Parts: sequence; C-alpha cells; structure tokens
Amino acid sequence: MLLSKATTAAVANAADRAQTEGRSLWKDARIRFFRNKAASLAFYVLIAITLFAIFGGYLAHWDNETIDWPLMGNVSELGGPSFENGHYFGVDDLGRDLFARTVQGTRISLLVGIIGALIAVVVGTLYGATSGYYGGRVDSLMMRTVDILMAVPFMFVLILLLVIFGQSILMIFIGIGLISWLDMARIARGQTLTIKNKEFVEAAVATGVRPMNIITRHIVPNLAGIVIVYSTLLIPSMIITESFISFLGLGVQEPDTSLGALISKGASQMQYGVIWQLLFPLFFFIITLFAFFFVGDGLRDALDPKDR
Amino acid sequence: MSAPLLSVKDLAVTFDFQRRGAWPWTPPLKLQAVGGVSFDLAPGECLGVVGESGSGKSTLARAIVGTVPSSAGKIVFEGRDLASLDEEARRVHRKDVQMIFQDPLAALNPRMTVADIIAEPLITHFPATSKAEARARVAELMERVGLLPNLMNRYPHEFSGGQCQRIGIARALILKPKLLLCDEPVSALDVSVRAQVVNLLKELQRDLGLSMIFIAHDLSVVKHISDRIVVMYLGRLMEQASSRTLTTRPQHPYTQALIASVPIPDPVLEKARVRPVIEGELPSPLNPPSGCVFRTRCPKAEASCAAKLPEILDLGQGHLVACPFHAEQSAFAAA
Amino acid sequence: MLLEVQDLKVTFTTGDGPVNAVNGVSFGIDTGQTLAIVGESGSGKSQTAYAAMGLLARNGTATGNVRFDGRDLLHLSQNDLNKVRAQEIAMIFQDPMTSLNPYLRISEQMAEVLTLHKGMSKRDAVTEAVKMLDAVRIPDARARITMYPHEFSGGMRQRIMIAMALLCRPRLLIADEPTTALDVTVQAQIMQLLGDIRRDFGTAIVLITHDLGVVAGFCDRTMVMYGGQVMEEGTTEDVFARPVHPYTVGLLRAVPRLDRDDGELQTIAGEPPDMSRLPAGCPFSPRCSIAKPRCEGTRPTLVHMSDFMGQDRRRACHADLSEVA
Repeated sequence: MLLSKATTAAVANAADRAQTEGRSLWKDARIRFFRNKAASLAFYVLIAITLFAIFGGYLAHWDNETIDWPLMGNVSELGGPSFENGHYFGVDDLGRDLFARTVQGTRISLLVGIIGALIAVVVGTLYGATSGYYGGRVDSLMMRTVDILMAVPFMFVLILLLVIFGQSILMIFIGIGLISWLDMARIARGQTLTIKNKEFVEAAVATGVRPMNIITRHIVPNLAGIVIVYSTLLIPSMIITESFISFLGLGVQEPDTSLGALISKGASQMQYGVIWQLLFPLFFFIITLFAFFFVGDGLRDALDPKDR
Repeated sequence: MSAPLLSVKDLAVTFDFQRRGAWPWTPPLKLQAVGGVSFDLAPGECLGVVGESGSGKSTLARAIVGTVPSSAGKIVFEGRDLASLDEEARRVHRKDVQMIFQDPLAALNPRMTVADIIAEPLITHFPATSKAEARARVAELMERVGLLPNLMNRYPHEFSGGQCQRIGIARALILKPKLLLCDEPVSALDVSVRAQVVNLLKELQRDLGLSMIFIAHDLSVVKHISDRIVVMYLGRLMEQASSRTLTTRPQHPYTQALIASVPIPDPVLEKARVRPVIEGELPSPLNPPSGCVFRTRCPKAEASCAAKLPEILDLGQGHLVACPFHAEQSAFAAA
Repeated sequence: MLLEVQDLKVTFTTGDGPVNAVNGVSFGIDTGQTLAIVGESGSGKSQTAYAAMGLLARNGTATGNVRFDGRDLLHLSQNDLNKVRAQEIAMIFQDPMTSLNPYLRISEQMAEVLTLHKGMSKRDAVTEAVKMLDAVRIPDARARITMYPHEFSGGMRQRIMIAMALLCRPRLLIADEPTTALDVTVQAQIMQLLGDIRRDFGTAIVLITHDLGVVAGFCDRTMVMYGGQVMEEGTTEDVFARPVHPYTVGLLRAVPRLDRDDGELQTIAGEPPDMSRLPAGCPFSPRCSIAKPRCEGTRPTLVHMSDFMGQDRRRACHADLSEVA
C-alpha cells in the first residue's frame, strides 16, 4: 500500500533516534530523582546507614552483650568515646559497648520500619485497589471495615498485645503490621478510583481482560508511584512508633535493643554526665528519619513531575 | 441486503444517579443516556454516529462493546443477543468487537511497553500464544498501521498523539475483529495528523472487510468516512440516512441546524452563507423535555410535539426521520 | 497599527534544556480588524499571544518588539501593563472556568472589574454588567447575574467571559480557541456573537484557532504558524484561495468538507515537530513534499511578496511559487 509506506517512512523519520529500548517512566523518574541534589544525598546517606546496620558489627571491637567490667564502676569518667579501648561510642550504663549496641539498634529500627511498610504496601495496595476497582457495595463494605479498624485506638491495642502476649520483636511486627496498611488502603483506593476511569482500563475491560488481571496489570503498576512515595514516609513513622513503644519500656527486650530503647536509656542517664549515651543513638535516629523524608520528597517530585 | 452483522433494537441505557447529600437508601435518579435507538449494520459497512456532547453517542458505543450495561432492548451480533448474555459468555464475543478511544495517550497504559499493550488482547483470549508468536503478530500489525516494529519496546509517552492512536488501532485489530467501534478517534488529533488516521481507518476497513461504527461530533469527518449516518440528540435517534442524502438533503430540523452550524473552510462561501443558528443548549438529560427531546430548541416546534415521542418515519431507501414536520432543506444556501 | 509585533521570540527553560516556542514572529492588526492565527498544537500560536500580553509562564522569556498603540508592552512596568491588560486588551480562553472564580457570584466578579478600573460605584457597576450580559444575549440577565459560574452551561459561561472581557470596552480582544470546547451549534452562536461585538464595539479581534472553518467565516486576515514561525500571511480569502506555502496547501487539502465529495483526503506525512529539537532549517521541511537540501539547512525568512496580484502577502518559503501550487 502506497499510503502506509509513505507514513511508515515518515514515522521512521520522526524516530530516527531509534534504539529499540524505550525509556520507561521509571527510568525517567530515576533521572529526575538524581538531578535533585538533596534527595540523592539523602539516598546515599540511607545506603550508608543500611550498610552500617548490616556490617557495623564487624567493625566493633566488642559485642553488644559483653560487659567491660573495669569500666562499669566509673562510666562517667572512663566510659566515654575512645579509640584506645575500642569503645568508639563509649559504653552504656552497664559498661556494654555503645557502638555495637547502636549498630544493633539501628538494625532493629530499620527492620521494624521496612517490614511495617512492606506489609502496608502489599496488603494496603491490593486491598485498596480491589475495593476501588469493584466499587459499589464491595467498596462500601471494605472501606467501612477499614474505618472501624482505624477507629480503634491503635497504641492502646499495641500496648495491650505486648502486655498480654509478652514483649517481643515478633509482637511488635504483628502489632504494627495490623494497622499500618489502613492508611495505605485508603490512599490506594482513592487513586484506583481515578485510574479505573482512564480509557486504558476501559480498553482492557472491553477486550475481556479478567478483573484480577486488570488490577494487577493495569491498576497496581500505576499506583506504584504514590505507594512508593507514601511508604518512604511510612517507614520513619513506623520507626517512631517502635521508638515510642520502646521508650515506654514495652518494646524490644534486652539484650536486644532499638534506637528508641537506646535513646530512652540515654535520656534517663543524662544527669550522670554520660551525654554520649543519648547523642549517638539520637544522631542515627535523626539522620535516618531525615534521609527518609528527603528521599520521599525527591521521589514525589520525580514520579509526579506535574506537581512541581 | 444481506443479514446484518449487528442489529440494535430499541436499545436503552439508564444510569443510576445518586443525588448529592441524599440518604443512601433513597432511590437514585434515573438518567436515560440512550433511549429507543435501533439500527442495523451490514458486514463491511461503516456507520457514522453524530451528535453533540450529551447526545448519548459514546454511551451507545459502550453499550455495544459491553462496558456499560444496557437497560432495555437488544444488541444482536451475528444472530445472538449480547445484552442477554452473562459476563462469562459475553467475554468470548469480546474478541469480535473492538474499540478505539478518543484520547490516544490515555487509552494506553503508561507503564506497559507498546508490544505488551498491542499483545494484550491476544494473550487474554489465547493464553497459549508463545511470546515469539505474539511479538511476530505485534510487529506485523505495527507495520500495518504505519509504525516501525523496532519501536515496540518503547513506552506510550515517547510517541506523539497520532502515533499513539495508531498503537490503539493495532491493539484493536490484533484479534481480527469483525466490528470496530471508533469513539471520536480523531478529535484529539492535530488537523494534519487527523487526515492520516482517517485514511488509515478507511483503508483498513476496506482491506480487512471490517464493519465499523464511527462516532464523532464532527460531521465533516463522519460524512467522509461513513456509508450511512445516524444523528442523535439527547439519547434519541433523530435521523438516519446514507451519508450523501443526509448531508445534501437533511429532513430533520436538528440535522439541518447541525449542518448549518458546521463551518466550511472556504471564506467566500462561508461569509455568504445564511445560517439559521438554533438558540439555546442541550437540556439536562436528568430532566429531558417531554415528547420530542429537541422541541425546546426546534424552530418548527408545535404544541403537539410535547405530547408524545415523534414516530420514526421511513422516507424510503433507509432514510428514517423522527419528526412529523420534516421537510427537505439545503443547508448551503448562499444569500 | 493598533498592535504591532516584530521579531517576537519566546524561549522556555525546562529541565531538558531551552525550548524555543516562538521564533521571530511579526504581525500587525488595525483597529476593528480581525486576524486569525492558525496552527496546530506546538505551533506557538498561543504563546505568541501570551508573550505579547506578558502572560508567559514563569520559565518563559520573550524578546522582540510588541507595540500596542505606540507603547512597548514587553518593557512596560508591571503596573502599567496591568492597566493596559485590564482596560485596553482583553483575552478570552478555551476554558472559561480558568478565569472565573467558582466561589464568587457573576455580579461580584463583573462589578469588581468596573469598580477597580473605572472607579464606578458598586450599583452602577452591576447595572453596567447587566447591560453587558444583555449584549452577549444571556436571557434574563438581571436575575441570573447573582448566580455562580457553575450554574451556567458551557456556552453561557463563554458568553459571560466575553461579557467580562468587554466591560472596559477594550480595543483589542484576543480569543484563544474560544469555541474548541463547545458543541458546533453553540460554536455557531458564539462566533456570531463575536462578529456582532466587532461590529457594534469596533473591537479588533485576534482569533487563535486550529479550525480552518471558523477562520474562513470570521477573519479579515489569516496568519498560518508552524513550529513557532509564521509560514504565510494574507487576507483570508486569498490565503484559502491561493495558498503560497506548502504547509497551508497541505492543511487545506487534509480537511474533509461537508459541502462536497472529498475523495481521498490528502495527508501531510509525519508528525508535528518536537519543539525542543527543531530542525535547523525550515521547521516544516521534514514533512514537506517539495523540500530541497537548502530547506533543511537555512531557515527561510518571512518576506513580503512583491506584487502578488496586488495583495499584501507574506510568506516564508524557499520554494518557487510555481512549485507550491
């Protein structure tokens, strides 16, 4: 056909940059993200903190349980940060190495944040997308359930859980996992309502694609942007929640620790002139939160350039 | 005339419409988007549907494709009433009826590559298709619609509007459908690209023997591509005739007004034209006028128009008009 | 000349580098005249008008010469520019809701314009506003002026916009795709209204549109733009009857017509240009059927055609006239 040849040629002309690989929206977003100085710095800080949490233990001279007996009696004078005795961050009130304990605390805090967010992402997104996609009665029922769960004072339930079933990391995961997905479900549902009216979803319905495939193939990938942004903001809030629980003394049990527990301990020892016991965990806590917030901000701009 | 491929009889589509602030248990308002529309479509024929926004033309297409449920009437496709089938039985028939959408970019999932988009109908209806086979089909179709197959791994946002519409057309054709519904396929495109897509559709329809329903608000484009035209207003059929008859000898006052409103790109002709511009705008479909829905703007309206729906009169040769006071009138009279 | 634009250039700085949206556009319009700026998306037709009125987005800069009644609009202080924009040049947009405040009654919005710029009392302002709504044929204007914008239909909103634009009796009205969002029957009403306004108030109108049909019925002169440049300009009758640029020729052949059998539509191959990567030469050259190597290398300048059947015509094309037709 003469015409189609002519148009093919013209199209070829317009796309002479043709390599066959396309630049996906993800790749675009990555480029935009790394153009943002603050966000990319925060991103590298996060990587450094994660590496610290994973491999920091190998750098430590001491492990987190061993008590340095000679220091124990006189922590305020001998227990400060020092390279000579291998206590880089000093020791805690019992003479245990604070560096090792900070590494361990960071690890627990990150884990709580990431696992909590992960549950939120998986459960919340699927729940919200399903609810939004089906709409009508299903939607009402599913969302009222969320409303009811949200109305339950969550901190109270969490504390109750910890008191009844005993304090353990597992219980914290369960407790946080139970509530973290609620907000995410609402956000995902709201977005789904917009996406499902897009013509590409209608095209899929008209073709006869099954509802479950429409949700997983067409809706969830388009939710991903907002979900990722929200979860980078969710991780710090999970960390804060855990810290609060630990601060109350209900969280992680000795000899395990978390940043919250360390800060709590450090704060209570402040008057004895051992300020480093507060400052080191606090430093990591604040840096981690800030890094997550900046990354979240950067991601939002990168994934949704229209908002700028 | 051979047996029609598609035969729509007295089709109605009603939407429930919850008044804002009403209690959840108050019965919803009924909005009739399409009412009492009937037409036949022969194999290989192109039927144009024109109307302004709110005329129900898009809803009509969606009812035929089955993304919107019909509330009354029949949609007989190859002898089977699609409207009576359940969701599962209807899914099988979906591969024969495909649709092209108005907004070319919005109709493509931004997170999928062009190859995946075009192949989706294929893997939905033939899950056994191998990846290589699907790719080969995609490449073949891309070439057919004037796209370079080596662009198949790209994403929709890297294409222009016209190219996106070509991708949409390729997706609609991969299952070799018998009926193609085009809902305003060119109104979002630039003038110079519009002609390319119109020509492509025309050529595909001819070469593949497709039946087509071409919906648009632009009467010039509809006239160019269609064999027959249906004119709709507020969900009702006003007039139906061959495109030549309809544009040269319109009988219904609304069709005449519509044609008179379409500007002709010829300054000499256009500036000399006397145009009986009709006043007012489309009434709310929630509260349509009684009797003939056009009577509130009709220059020929009489008291009797409000009493009941006008009968659809057959003027011969498939020329139907829903107006008792119909009269031929050319819309191109110069002063 | 009421408005005279010379060598207007508009550049936007974006994350992907500068984008030259308008490249050296020149035109003029006399009092009471109508000029159509025709072009497709990305032709720079709207940005030309925005730049002339100092309404560019924040990342855009305009250079060149824009004279309105002798004053240089590009170098006017913000204060003076506001005054000119409010009282002498008015603009209406495709979507009337962008310039109507949804939370204020029509009466308040219209009266505000008059109390602010003409120092009228509130009461006089409302009376004047009702008069203007009558002029744009809004039925029952006195009662409906106290309604909110969303209570009007699309066509009525566009009429209100026009009425608001006319309140200060501007000498120039810039209409940016005023009927694109409207149905044809309503479009016909609005175009007729604009015609009456021009006749009754003597307002010069710049109509920015992609619709050749609307141009044909309305405008004295037509300017065709593509890729941020003027392709050709002349009286509307002349441009349609004897186009002198291959783009215009192609455009006119690509539009199906209701009043005759078209046969196969002639198409312009290819796609509209990507403004961030314009060709070095004529922006239309990649799609032009008669393009020569020269067209790809050097940008043609817009020149007056000497003695084109006694008409005032301009065009920017390297090709011979005989080749174009």
